[in-house]
Amino acid sequence: MLRLPRGAPGWPAALEHLHEPPAELWRRGRLWPPPVAAVAVVGARAATLSGMEVARELGRELAAAGVVVISGLARGIDAAAHRGALEAGGPTLAVLGCGVDVCYPRGHERLLEAVCDAGAVISEDPPGTEPAGWRFPRRNRLIAALALAVVVVEAGERSGALSTARHAADLGREVLAVPGSVLSPQSRGTNRLIRDGAVPLLELDDLASAVPELGLNPPRPRRGGGARAPDDPALRALLELLGDDPLHPDQLAEATGARASEVAVRLCALELGGWVATLPGGRITRAGGR
Amino acid sequence: MTASATCCAIQGIAGVPVTVEADQSNGLPGFTVVGLTDRAIQEAKVRVKAAVQNSGFGFPTRKLTVNLAPAELPKEGTGFDLAIAMAVLRCGGHDLPRLDGTALLGELALDGGLRPVAGVLPMARSLRAAGVRRLVVPGGNAAEACLVEGLEVVAPGTLRACVEHLDGTAPLAPAAPGPPPEEAPSGFDLADIRGQPTAKRALEIAAAGGHNLLMVGPPGSGKSMLARALASLLPDLGVEASLEVAAVYSLRGALRDRPAASLRPPFRSPHHSISRAGLVGGGAGLAQPGEISLAHRGILFLDELCEFSRAHLEALRQPLEERVITVTRVRGAVQFPASITLVAAANPCPCGHHQDPTRLCTCEPRALAAYRARLSGPVRDRIDLVVRVPRQPYRRLFDASLEEPSAAVRLRVEAARDHQRERLPDQREPPLNALLAPRGLVGSCLPTRAATRLLAAAGERLGLSARGFHRVLRVARTIADLAGDERVGEDALAEALRHRGEPGL
Repeated sequence: MLRLPRGAPGWPAALEHLHEPPAELWRRGRLWPPPVAAVAVVGARAATLSGMEVARELGRELAAAGVVVISGLARGIDAAAHRGALEAGGPTLAVLGCGVDVCYPRGHERLLEAVCDAGAVISEDPPGTEPAGWRFPRRNRLIAALALAVVVVEAGERSGALSTARHAADLGREVLAVPGSVLSPQSRGTNRLIRDGAVPLLELDDLASAVPELGLNPPRPRRGGGARAPDDPALRALLELLGDDPLHPDQLAEATGARASEVAVRLCALELGGWVATLPGGRITRAGGR
Repeated sequence: MTASATCCAIQGIAGVPVTVEADQSNGLPGFTVVGLTDRAIQEAKVRVKAAVQNSGFGFPTRKLTVNLAPAELPKEGTGFDLAIAMAVLRCGGHDLPRLDGTALLGELALDGGLRPVAGVLPMARSLRAAGVRRLVVPGGNAAEACLVEGLEVVAPGTLRACVEHLDGTAPLAPAAPGPPPEEAPSGFDLADIRGQPTAKRALEIAAAGGHNLLMVGPPGSGKSMLARALASLLPDLGVEASLEVAAVYSLRGALRDRPAASLRPPFRSPHHSISRAGLVGGGAGLAQPGEISLAHRGILFLDELCEFSRAHLEALRQPLEERVITVTRVRGAVQFPASITLVAAANPCPCGHHQDPTRLCTCEPRALAAYRARLSGPVRDRIDLVVRVPRQPYRRLFDASLEEPSAAVRLRVEAARDHQRERLPDQREPPLNALLAPRGLVGSCLPTRAATRLLAAAGERLGLSARGFHRVLRVARTIADLAGDERVGEDALAEALRHRGEPGL
């Protein structure tokens, strides 16, 4: 654990953009000073499975492109982003709302260690500080300051990730948001950000063009190119009904006018062929692209 | 001078014939009853004396001893009153020639009237099996007693009428079995439920093969309604099976809820606050059957499965496997029948909105994990079918589309049951696919070549466990029976795979 007083060698210049920069930083891990090419990926703790999948994929792609993924090690989107970055073997930085030797939430012990090994964990609070509700919004301003851009993957109306986005906007950092269904409560905050001027993030290219300083030049992501379409026309018809929003088999039966047993037989074929997957809630989602 | 009369005690779900012996001897006047009796039988002394005197007969004035044999069998309840009174009267010199070969059951009122008692049907069956041909019961028990084949049932209204029947001064005509009971349309009809095609199909499969079913869905998605509708899909019980069911209800004194002659399979839905004894049987004194036995040959519906305690769920293991429940007491174990189809419903998480596309789940991840852990274990292992019930959009509820009525589905279910009976002619009752043992399972499924290929692919891709593999095969067998196919084809297997449910939720 290393203590870094404000202004010492290695003090990130980006923090000086803050209204009230921290007086000191505590750090674990070797990734220091943090590279400038860094993107914060943040979002709700109560995230949907697809939201976490997006965060993970984003973390993976950013890390693969050599961009540092900054997040807060919270449950849900934060953890998924860190995990994605770690999977791609890339650097990742966690900013905590407690001491760097305190694991919060419990259950993320292994993730915390992995982030320490592959990147760094920092906090403005001395070791041993217990987490407290008021520390997290304060922590969010560091996340916003250290990144060139903040991507909000999923956020409800009152998610803390929105405070990170607000800090980022105040600091002149680019804010991006992943759009979601207007019906989904977990996407209400992100959709609002987009309405208020955030850049919608549909693919990595959006980030590359919004923040050219990152020097991102990713290969165009393949979508739906992984598997060829099934031969059976009934299967193809069912697959076409499935957009990116997962549907319950009952909705598929209603839309096709087929019996529940027929839909079940076709879904089984699609599932075994790797075209669709069943989500834990029983709804069906396309699985083709990956 | 001694005299005797016959009545019956309850042990488990069966009756044990009891001989009531009365003896008059010299000594201080008194009335003693022995033979491992409970409080109610000790109090019988007061009822018997008052009833005999108020019916206009003299009560013996010497030292009176009554023994209930076999004396080492614990006895309970008020059903011995009538037999004690007859033994006492005969001992006092009253000539009752027809008392031999006649058994008597019933509680006495102080004015000499007869009151019904619980457990008459199982006692009547056991008495008949022990060779008794004539039975006297109170009027309120006549209907159930008449169900026993080869038993002449007489139902006098009072002690006096009973005596006059037995001494031949005013013989009574045997009670006739009443007309078959009007079957109230039970629960819900499938046509009352809008939409939910996947869940309805799962109900049809569960009814046809007797498979245990788990429904997972948010609150208000109609899980309880679906469970009740399942009861309307089950075929009528056979006579023997309906007697088994009525015997349990008789024992619990619950024939008001369900007529003794009813052929409909029972449906029970105990609340999760029920005690363990209430669920599996037990209680103070003689063990009583629990809800699980009241659901014998029918459906036990456990709503909010995860709210039931682990001890309750563990207790379901034996009945789900062996179709009986053993209640072990200090003085020995009794067995109650418990051949049930388990239907369970659960919310996907404590708040109910996990993975709900329209609501936010507010559960702590730790609470969620603890909740799901309840779902694994002995009960989950014995559930063949899992169905996710989605919340219905409100517009669906006002939709006037035509839904298939229960009666139409029941015809298919009955046909599928016939196929199962043909395939397993000498299987123990009931011959249901859900009870197929792993050994010989593939033999009765006869999967086609394409189905075998599909099964291999599924095993590889979905990582089916051995238990999961058997569950899928059993369900596929039922689906093929519903389609009238002799062999399990690709489609039946594919559909069964969709109903297998992941481990946990």
